[in-house]
Amino acid sequence: MTIRYTRDHEYISVEGDTGTIGITDYAQAQLGDVVFVELPEVGKTLAKGQEAAVVESVKAASEVFAPVSGEVVAVNGELESAPGTVNEDAAGRGWFVKLRLKDPAELDGLMTEAQYAEYVSSIS
Amino acid sequence: MSDDIRPDELLETPLARLHRDAGARMVPFAGYAMPVQYPTGIIAEHVWTREHAGLFDVSHMGQARLVGPDHASVAAALESLVPADIAGLAFGQQRYTQLLNEEGGILDDLMVARPARGAGGGELILVVNASTKEADYRHIAAHLPEEVELRREDDRALLALQGPEAAGVLGAIAPEAAALAFMTGAPLDLAGIPAYASRSGYTGEDGFEISVPAQRAEELWALLARSPAVKPVGLGARDSLRLEAGLPLYGHDINQETSPVEAGLAWSIQRRRREEGGFPGHIRIAEEIAQGPLRRRVGIRVEGRAPAREHAEILDLSGELIGKVTSGGFGPTVGGPVAMGYVVPEFAVPGTRVAVMVRDRRVPAEIVKLPFVPHRYRR
Repeated sequence: MTIRYTRDHEYISVEGDTGTIGITDYAQAQLGDVVFVELPEVGKTLAKGQEAAVVESVKAASEVFAPVSGEVVAVNGELESAPGTVNEDAAGRGWFVKLRLKDPAELDGLMTEAQYAEYVSSIS
Repeated sequence: MSDDIRPDELLETPLARLHRDAGARMVPFAGYAMPVQYPTGIIAEHVWTREHAGLFDVSHMGQARLVGPDHASVAAALESLVPADIAGLAFGQQRYTQLLNEEGGILDDLMVARPARGAGGGELILVVNASTKEADYRHIAAHLPEEVELRREDDRALLALQGPEAAGVLGAIAPEAAALAFMTGAPLDLAGIPAYASRSGYTGEDGFEISVPAQRAEELWALLARSPAVKPVGLGARDSLRLEAGLPLYGHDINQETSPVEAGLAWSIQRRRREEGGFPGHIRIAEEIAQGPLRRRVGIRVEGRAPAREHAEILDLSGELIGKVTSGGFGPTVGGPVAMGYVVPEFAVPGTRVAVMVRDRRVPAEIVKLPFVPHRYRR
């Protein structure tokens, strides 16, 4: 399993040709209490950088962008009734979307865990 | 808001150190670094305030006094700028009002209190919004007669203690506090800290706003926070609490274009002022009271879970634009999205079905009576 990160604080955790997308623990802490997550429909094709989901905290709405291109193969239905799962376990049960990757080479442009940790410490 | 100000240019309240020590997330607000939330988060802080007592630092707000030879002259000076009956204030009484422009638009909304008996002859205590205070002070000072003076009280802090257990907490320190009626105030000795408390707030709950000298603010915060009924609450929950309470936020729900009548604040214009006028924009306001305004502020209950936020369009069922949301978000006590906005009068009837545009989608919604959560003031 490979995990990569974006500068917008999305993660993608890749197993085989499927990537699970969510927001990082840093991002959920910045957003505060999540009250709603708008998810795409299964089957939708997303281009890298396209809006994949919208996460609403008490304070504001934020877009979640697809870190890479692919087709939506699953969305996390649990978030509909329990959006706070994003706060409780952003990197685990609080995932948003599973994508079938179109081009795994797109992962090369993303940050590794160490690079992301360094990035977060540079901005916080 | 002043969110574009660099962090090192932000002002701090006398309580900033305590907020940071408590793990608050500080954000720029109206030129100040303010706690938006503490580690427990906005929803927990909101719910705690509705059930127990929330402690808020609102020292960024502007505190000032109008001072003159007697109450009549100070009240007359202020009545030339606001539509409330100030002359009729009893000792210790407080009123909510608005500074108006010549067109009857709202320059700011504010609290005006006459100090308790014995506090001096002609004095009024003003509390104005942080984002507008400099403009307010210039406006007020420019319109005062020679014998009335505006004195800024920048050396004072303001704390709010809000919630059903607030009176128990403050009453345990100063028993007179628990006896204060809603919208009245009195000087209190809070374990040796000289304070002026009024029974008022911005949450819809019973509670107090407590003014103290800045150098005693930390001491008072610690004294109140010591009670197990009290937790610190940031600006995030302050916003969701006031939204559920149907209270307008300056710069969003009310501004220089909106009149108090459109905003549903005509209750704050007492009869004598309606009849006599003598405040800016009286012609428009009298006309709106008599014939109804061109739009009205309403509550909007949005279906589903996606909050409708400021600027969202409000449509009738045929898709025609009938107004806009001026503030909206998630109401933790309501358990769903709540919003306020302005609509043309024929739609400003509770129960009217409308739609709100949330990210290019029409979401069904209903016009509802404000507040979303009943006020629990101590009358």
